[in-house]
Amino acid sequence: MTQAAVKTVDSRGEFCPVPVVKLSLALEEVQPGQVVELIATDPGSKADVPAWAEMTGHVLLRTEDRDKAFIYFIQKV
Amino acid sequence: MSAKSMRDLQISGVLDYEAFLKLHTQAHKDTDVKRVALVASKGTLDMAYPPLILATTAAAMGLECGIFFTFYGLDIIRKDKLASLKVAPLANPAMPMPVPNIIGAIPGMTSMATWMLKRMMAKQHMPRIAELLDTAQKLKVRLIACTTTMGVMGVSREKLIDGVSLEGAAAFLNYASKAQVTLFI
Repeated sequence: MTQAAVKTVDSRGEFCPVPVVKLSLALEEVQPGQVVELIATDPGSKADVPAWAEMTGHVLLRTEDRDKAFIYFIQKV
Repeated sequence: MSAKSMRDLQISGVLDYEAFLKLHTQAHKDTDVKRVALVASKGTLDMAYPPLILATTAAAMGLECGIFFTFYGLDIIRKDKLASLKVAPLANPAMPMPVPNIIGAIPGMTSMATWMLKRMMAKQHMPRIAELLDTAQKLKVRLIACTTTMGVMGVSREKLIDGVSLEGAAAFLNYASKAQVTLFI
């Protein structure tokens, strides 16, 4: 079952710490169980987002590579 | 809650190891706040970014974080200085266009190097120092001004941005002694 994102964070063209900071601020605005989509181009995000998820406990549902961007679907716990 | 409480386990006289472990782990998760304690000791533009990037990231990861601004690092939280931090071209062979020291010493080269770094940062949409400080405070990063530095350099509380704590080495070391990550920058 795939859950649709209730919020999309566009962090294309931005580097650390912006994607992860934007993501965590966005999660504050949604309810537990809801999904936020993060679009990033920073190659570091491929390591950073899973590490961030491990630390915070939020669930990284899946990732996609699309149009030279990395898309992350994160479910708030 | 599906897991039995410790009390139930004790009353029933049976110690369910799995349940105990689960409760134990949860209890630690609830009380052990992970902490990052950083020292920012340099007042150049290139040395202002690392502590602020690490701190905002740490806070975004749910870690408690504090930065101790000491010596020239205090300039990073000075209202009158934070927007005009500079890059030193002298003895800085890592610059994108390496500048020989003798040229780096010429007046105007510091502003040129600063302009170059600022342009590079803006091109990559990096936040400015003021924006990073703002984000850090929004994420509840503790900004701590070293009171010794304030005294030595004659910096009054009014010259610092709002919301910083004033502390000495003892208070910071006490804070850092409970941190899992401590870095001196």
